[in-house]
Amino acid sequence: MTAPLTPDSEDALCDVVRAAAAAATPLRIVGGGTRSGIGRPVAAATPVSTAGLSGVTLYEPGAMTLIAKAGTPLAEIEALLATERQYLAFEPMDHRPLLGSNGTPTVGGVVSANVSGPRRLRAGACRDFLLGLRFVDGHGRLVKNGGRVMKNVTGLDLGKLLCGAYGTLGIVTEVALKTLPRPERAATLVFDGLTDAQAVALFCKALGTPFEVSGAAFVDGRALLRIEGLTDQVGYRIDRLTQLLERPDRTVIKGADHTRLWDDVRDVRTFADSTGSVWRLSVKATDAPAITSALQQSLGAQTVLDWGGGLIWARLPQDAPAAAGAHIRQILAPLGGHATLIRAGADLRAETDVFQPEPAPLAGLSAGLRARFDPQNILNPGLMAV
Amino acid sequence: MSTIVMPVPDAEVIERKDQIVAALCAALPAETVISDAFETRAYECDALTAYRCPPLAVVLPRTTEEVAIALKICHDMGVNVVPRGAGTSLAGGSLPTADSVIIGTARLRDTLEIDYDNRFIRVQTGVTNLSVTGTVEEDGFFYAPDPSSQLACAIAGNIAMNSGGAHCLKYGVTTNNLLGVRMVLVTGEIVTLGGAHMDAPGLDLLGVICGSEGQLAIVTEATLRILPKPEGARPVMIGFDDAEVAGDCVARIIKSGVLPVAIEYMDRPCIRVVENYAKAGYPLCEALLIVEVEGSEAEIADQLDRITALAEPLGPVEIRVSKSAEESAAIWKGRKSAFGAMGQINDYMCLDGTVPVSALQFTLKRIGELAIEHQMEVANVFHAGDGNMHPLILFDANKPGDLERAEAFGAAILGVCVDVGGCLTGEHGVGIEKRDLMIRQFSPDDLEAQMQVKDVFDPHWILNPAKVFPLAASAARRQRQH
Ligand SMILES: Cc1cc2nc3c(=O)[nH]c(=O)nc-3n(C[C@H](O)[C@H](O)[C@H](O)COP(=O)(O)OP(=O)(O)OC[C@H]3O[C@@H](n4cnc5c(N)ncnc54)[C@H](O)[C@@H]3O)c2cc1C
Repeated sequence: MTAPLTPDSEDALCDVVRAAAAAATPLRIVGGGTRSGIGRPVAAATPVSTAGLSGVTLYEPGAMTLIAKAGTPLAEIEALLATERQYLAFEPMDHRPLLGSNGTPTVGGVVSANVSGPRRLRAGACRDFLLGLRFVDGHGRLVKNGGRVMKNVTGLDLGKLLCGAYGTLGIVTEVALKTLPRPERAATLVFDGLTDAQAVALFCKALGTPFEVSGAAFVDGRALLRIEGLTDQVGYRIDRLTQLLERPDRTVIKGADHTRLWDDVRDVRTFADSTGSVWRLSVKATDAPAITSALQQSLGAQTVLDWGGGLIWARLPQDAPAAAGAHIRQILAPLGGHATLIRAGADLRAETDVFQPEPAPLAGLSAGLRARFDPQNILNPGLMAV
Repeated sequence: MSTIVMPVPDAEVIERKDQIVAALCAALPAETVISDAFETRAYECDALTAYRCPPLAVVLPRTTEEVAIALKICHDMGVNVVPRGAGTSLAGGSLPTADSVIIGTARLRDTLEIDYDNRFIRVQTGVTNLSVTGTVEEDGFFYAPDPSSQLACAIAGNIAMNSGGAHCLKYGVTTNNLLGVRMVLVTGEIVTLGGAHMDAPGLDLLGVICGSEGQLAIVTEATLRILPKPEGARPVMIGFDDAEVAGDCVARIIKSGVLPVAIEYMDRPCIRVVENYAKAGYPLCEALLIVEVEGSEAEIADQLDRITALAEPLGPVEIRVSKSAEESAAIWKGRKSAFGAMGQINDYMCLDGTVPVSALQFTLKRIGELAIEHQMEVANVFHAGDGNMHPLILFDANKPGDLERAEAFGAAILGVCVDVGGCLTGEHGVGIEKRDLMIRQFSPDDLEAQMQVKDVFDPHWILNPAKVFPLAASAARRQRQH
């Protein structure tokens, strides 16, 4: 494999992209490489790394604002925020355990893949915390959008488009993120022995209360409800929820075990060190039980629920048919929602629609946007759409 | 008179008015098309009232399908379309041109689905912001974005402007509470983005639709996230004799880990006017903060204790913690009537640049200096927690030249906002008002990237042209129209 190009400034990156555009040379964009197994395999391409664009350029805790270059390791950012008792509230998932990948996650990768975690349910996704960004498009032009302030409606919101575009519209060079104060305390109510349907019903009830449940997951037969907040708040809310849900048999987890518990949910640890492909389904929460039961019955899938049921992780057996993806999408068709293939070998990813195919008019818009931002089709070509 | 120019209307289109109206009437129920010159006058402006121009015609469809028919006819006949909600834009976002047809949401007023289990509501976009909360309130839910205009403004306009409100410090703005839309493309195709699930399948098109100011499509239905109502809420009012200290207090509160739902700020000129009008009992000081927190009684008490403990060492002239619903209402009364009070005594222009919270004091100081330079009066009332300033520039619309002076002063203020790392508009949108200031904030490449998105959705630039982008920057695109 060729050593990646490692431009050390936005200007240098613009030069790289301009040259590639002129020669129609495809580029494979690499942050920390921990998520390079997501998407359709990018055909023979020159790797370009953001490693040379690294470092936090601004952190103002009193304004809840952080600006970092794209190649900055996420861990560096999280450590810095911890010194001010702040954090990235969208709780970005670490894909390494699930994908079995190595490397160091970067903030540019988190934003480009719109990576969130269990707290997405209450706090919002990565895209909701993105205040602004800078990127180099497929023409080799440096573009900035948004800014560093909390409220900004000046012009079209390209940040949302770039966030989750996996580099296909531009190479992100710098991001501004909103930070939040870390909760003082956290605890989780645990309910054992529930079915998927019972778990989702419990979640709906809990999420309909004002107690600001910040995690609602169903893993290995255990339903988890996370409460976070100020010190006194958490105890009060745990008590109120226990009463309301009429489940005195619940147990409570807190302390160090608690952090590990939610890191495991976030990273879908249940499916780490396993075989078989893993799908991620985004659905209406109350549809989840019917979907998981169809997945279990027709494909022998093992499932995990997050986001109160709105997010389904499904692991298929190793010998699942290649057409399983089409089957999953048939299950979703009458209900709405969508499915993405997150973990699979390159062969399966090459022959499957990794991302949910869009209806014609929307596919047309997406293709039109790609054609404008990357007319030579050189940025991670084919990763999201052929 | 006024300094914002609109392109010369296309005489050829105006010439074809009868033909265009006939095509619309033939395809749509008669009562949905308004073309009488007297009646179209009702649509000649939005809340930026200095700019007026009746449209060629107005269409008020009752269904998405009727919107599609109207838009397709206009598209096929090469007629510009101005989407309109309730017309409360402060930026001239829904200002018509003489050669354009308004397609309005006034008759799209149905609630289509309420789902408490999944916590969303699906509505037609002509419903008002407040009515959404009204629909779910009795069942203990609310819709979080709360622009001050919420009694009048429509969800359509909220989506187009990505509107915010006093409570967005905690709950975010429209884009953070919008799950999906149904909308009509310029070709008349009806498409759906998002829905009851939480993220996008591919490119986040919903994210770019929200805040696109009617440039990309006409949004007819919306799926909105609703939230369980908090157990309670109470504010504390804190007055300071030094604006700098007030700004410091805001930063300290945010850093402390208490996350209030709102931190509102009023300066002395604003307090004075508001006091005269609403008699809210505010101390006449340099800076007044209203900080509101939510939760159970005990939680509220805990948070208010922490906030007052942070504020006290800073030597405030007064701290007034609300202890009852009446006291809360009294504290909010002045703030809520600020715009009305100002309108009683003067014409005013409301800016809404955002600055980093750390630059609040500096910006306020610069605004004060600029006021002297421009010999204009300004009052400040704004969302301090997120740095969203609302300088109200006072002027006299009947005095020749005053509006122009106010606009020049406004442009200077917005320049300061951009220079300190902020932006031209935090929640009102660009519209015509800040269109030509965009070059202060964006490079030609930045603007080109945004205009490319419009090219994809609206290749002939028929939707709300001459807004958002500087006229010079968009000229070529607007001319190749027909
Ligand atoms: C007194 C007052 C207080 C205000 N307070 C606030 C505040 O606190 N926060 C805030 O954010 N704003 C505030 N505003 C501004 C204004 O109310 C908001 O921008 C509001 O969202 C506009 O909604 P509308 O329905 O009136 O939209 P309109 O004014 O009709 O239109 C606004 C924009 O939306 C576009 N549009 C309308 N309908 C559609 C559609 N169906 N599809 C696509 N595009 C469409 C229009 O073309 C236009 O560009 C205030 C205004 C006033 C007058």
